[in-house]
Amino acid sequence: MSDKLKLATVWLDGCSGCHMSFLDIDERILDVAALADLVYSPLVDNKHFPEMVDITLVEGAVSSEDDYHKIRHVRQHTRILVSLGDCAVTANVPAMRNRFKVEAVLDRAYFENATLNQQIPVEVVPQLRKQSIPVHQVVPVDVFVPGCPPSADNIFYALTELLAGRTPELRTRTHFGA
Amino acid sequence: MYERLEEITLAEQEVAERYDHTVNVCMAAGCMSSQSGAIKEAIDKEVEANGLERWCRVRGVGCMGLCAHGPLVAVDNGKPAETMYQYVTPEDAPAIVGSLDTAPVERLRCPTDVPFFQRQHKIVLENSGLIDPERIEEYIAADGYTALIKAITEMSPAEVIDEIITSGLRGRGGGGYPTGLKWTTVAKSDGETKYVICNADEGDPGAFMDRSVLESDPHRILEGMAIAGYAIGASQGYIYVRGEYPLAVARLKTAIRQARRVNMLGSGIAGTPFAFHIDIRLGAGAFVCGEETALIASIEGRRGQPRPRPPYPAEYGLWGQPTLINNVETLASVAPIIRNGGAWYAGMGTAKSKGTKVFALAGSINNTGLIEVPMGTSLREIIYEIGGGVSGGGKCKAIQTGGPSGGCIPADFLDTPVDYESLSALGSIMGSGGMIVMDETASMVDVARFFMEFCMTESCGRCVPCRVGTVHMHNLLDKFSRKEATPHDLVLLEKLCDMVRNTSLCGLGQTAPNPVMSTLRYFRHEYMAAITEEAADLFVLDPALSVSRNGATQRAPKLEVAS
Amino acid sequence: MKRPFKTRVKTLTIDGMAVGAREDETILELAQANGIFIPTLCHLEGVHDIGACRLCLVEIKGTSKLLPACMTYAEEGMEVITDSERLLTYRRQVLDLLFSERNHVCAVCVSNGHCELQWLAEKLGISHVGVPYLYPQLAVDASHSFYVLDHNRCILCTRCVRVCDEIEGAHTWDVMGRGVECRVISDLNQPWGTADSCTRCGKCVQVCPTGALFSKGKAVAEMTKKREFLPYLQLMREGRK
Repeated sequence: MSDKLKLATVWLDGCSGCHMSFLDIDERILDVAALADLVYSPLVDNKHFPEMVDITLVEGAVSSEDDYHKIRHVRQHTRILVSLGDCAVTANVPAMRNRFKVEAVLDRAYFENATLNQQIPVEVVPQLRKQSIPVHQVVPVDVFVPGCPPSADNIFYALTELLAGRTPELRTRTHFGA
Repeated sequence: MYERLEEITLAEQEVAERYDHTVNVCMAAGCMSSQSGAIKEAIDKEVEANGLERWCRVRGVGCMGLCAHGPLVAVDNGKPAETMYQYVTPEDAPAIVGSLDTAPVERLRCPTDVPFFQRQHKIVLENSGLIDPERIEEYIAADGYTALIKAITEMSPAEVIDEIITSGLRGRGGGGYPTGLKWTTVAKSDGETKYVICNADEGDPGAFMDRSVLESDPHRILEGMAIAGYAIGASQGYIYVRGEYPLAVARLKTAIRQARRVNMLGSGIAGTPFAFHIDIRLGAGAFVCGEETALIASIEGRRGQPRPRPPYPAEYGLWGQPTLINNVETLASVAPIIRNGGAWYAGMGTAKSKGTKVFALAGSINNTGLIEVPMGTSLREIIYEIGGGVSGGGKCKAIQTGGPSGGCIPADFLDTPVDYESLSALGSIMGSGGMIVMDETASMVDVARFFMEFCMTESCGRCVPCRVGTVHMHNLLDKFSRKEATPHDLVLLEKLCDMVRNTSLCGLGQTAPNPVMSTLRYFRHEYMAAITEEAADLFVLDPALSVSRNGATQRAPKLEVAS
Repeated sequence: MKRPFKTRVKTLTIDGMAVGAREDETILELAQANGIFIPTLCHLEGVHDIGACRLCLVEIKGTSKLLPACMTYAEEGMEVITDSERLLTYRRQVLDLLFSERNHVCAVCVSNGHCELQWLAEKLGISHVGVPYLYPQLAVDASHSFYVLDHNRCILCTRCVRVCDEIEGAHTWDVMGRGVECRVISDLNQPWGTADSCTRCGKCVQVCPTGALFSKGKAVAEMTKKREFLPYLQLMREGRK
């Protein structure tokens, strides 16, 4: 067993832009890899969230039943949970549907705007919850990294600070919509 | 100067002596809503049918206090209020009229030798239920307007103010600010024109003191305002009364017309150079317009929203002029003080709270209605003796005083003397006089939620803490009500209480958290019981992880990362 | 006896710094003149203050009440504190409440990067909003030929109302409703494009601190506001009096 810290990333209701921005740290990923193993992520092949992870970055709002159960499971198995990006921090664009009923949203997507095969999927696609909400409204979150997406520099800064055992001071480095 | 008044008084007495019987029917809002108008008509007809018009007169009078037993009818056979009838219907008219010369109708009898009537001490309500509010002659016959004439003919404005200071009278609208001091400030403020405003925008849920005074004895307010006008140097007064009180408005209009006719209002009052005019301004039903700066804005024709104080209206009020704003009950106490002297008034009450206070008893109490007691009377006496105890045989759990700005006092403190200081020491306030009694079945969370909903919908929307903070507090209380709260919700609720209290612009917002804070103080266990294990589980998953979890509820997480 | 003179100049301290003031100067003006930052949102140079946003609340020694710097005038010997931990907490809570009240989606807003609300959130260190969002259903009024009003982004600072009334003299805008139901309305609560009193001057758009009022055709982050005209107009008005 490696004595490196365990790092995970999860992707809820977001556009994956935050993960892309994470990849934008480019060669600095080697610095991260020197301190931590990426044990679970959409970017790696592991299918099961490990028993205990030191740091989990979460992208996206909590919008579906799947998101809800996933984030609760992740929280139970994570020491430090990081809300990465505006969707996780504020629910951002996914929350723009909150002013409408779920049925109206599904109608618009699968009937009004669909030309072929008009039907609301009931299998495989998880059920939408009434509202899209920020992660910290569902489970406690330890660190917030706002931005849409947060810059690679800020992600790298937050990660390396956490890996070094310090609390990153992000408040004046980034803001909603940055 | 008194001759005119004496003339009217003598004429009134003559009229009264002509009749053997006087039947007084309550014509205040409470009894009128249970058709006391029809009762009066029925009695009138019955008297006529029996040819008794020359011996018996039927009058509409103001509130007799025991609203829970209404409609009330009092029969006066020479001694006032000798016989009182309760739950009267128009069908009872023949029985009442038929018994005028014999024994009273026992089945309708309302006992008057009970503490509710015996233990009260009426100053503000001295004429309520005894005179016809629509006839100035009856007010004058009851010593009305003598205080005004005494003030303007025998006293200097400074002496009038001194008398008020001596009386120790404090604002009855809720704040308890010394009335004499307020008058002094306005009197000393620079300004060519000054105004007197009577705040009759009574809006607390469960409060009907001011309404009753306006409906039962409107001239008392006019007299108080005119005296105030003389004391501070104003010649114009406004009564700001809420539009939901049409009966009070109608009676005030009648009263103003009558007072002008006998020259107790208008120019050259009672032959002196003193002039005082009163106009009525109607509120459109916004609770916040009871706040003095919002009230002024509303009279000026602007949107009824408060502005930060200072400057206080005493210096910069209506149209930018020094303005005296007093509540109905405060102004209703002025005439008796001038008539009997400040020392007389100061002889009642406690060290810091003088005189008497009117309370509207409501909720789970037998004698719902209006009472007036000396300051310092204990809650126990008010609830169990005067109020007749908790209705339905229940136990008193708490008493809500002060409306949406007040708090809940638990039954353990029933022996507290009611005055400004002791109520605020208990986390509540005197307020305008609403007193809602709650029995064991009442949920304190629901009470807090109810008042928060009131504040939320009545917020004027100007400042952020009150506009948005009350919504969040209400939503959180709703979660507690539904028993779906989390421990984090309690933390958030307390934070919001502190924030809204300290940062809101006006009194409405600053006191909006009071019902929550006082119920949290005495009934915290009810809030804790509303936190479900399942909901709690969401935020405290594992005690071993609670360090980082707790960090999440704060803004600066303290993390220790193992390496 | 009347005092032979009236003190018109006051000496006080703001955050320990001694400052001299005229009696008609507010704490906010004094602080700004002395390089002390006090956050504001409803304050707008040139129109009257209303003390509504509560961001500029300051502590004054000797009183337990917090007072709005924009409407509190200098007094002799006053000791003002503008940056205590307590004030910072309250200011952050005010911003929390504002973000939660309506549907602010910075990432797709025309004013992203030029918004006073967003800027203050960064300046005061808001990393997330601590209260649940309310997600009200709000309309966008695009009936005007030049401008758009998006209620989703309005913080009810009423700068538009005051500038339209006091500088332009049109009074197209006002506020209706109570509490959280308050809405900025044009004329008699009708579409802006049909409001006859509107002179299309655009001052309201320029003074709006967020993206609630913006010029038609602007895309995300394109709406910058121009305020230079305000003091100039104010001077002209004063000169005419």
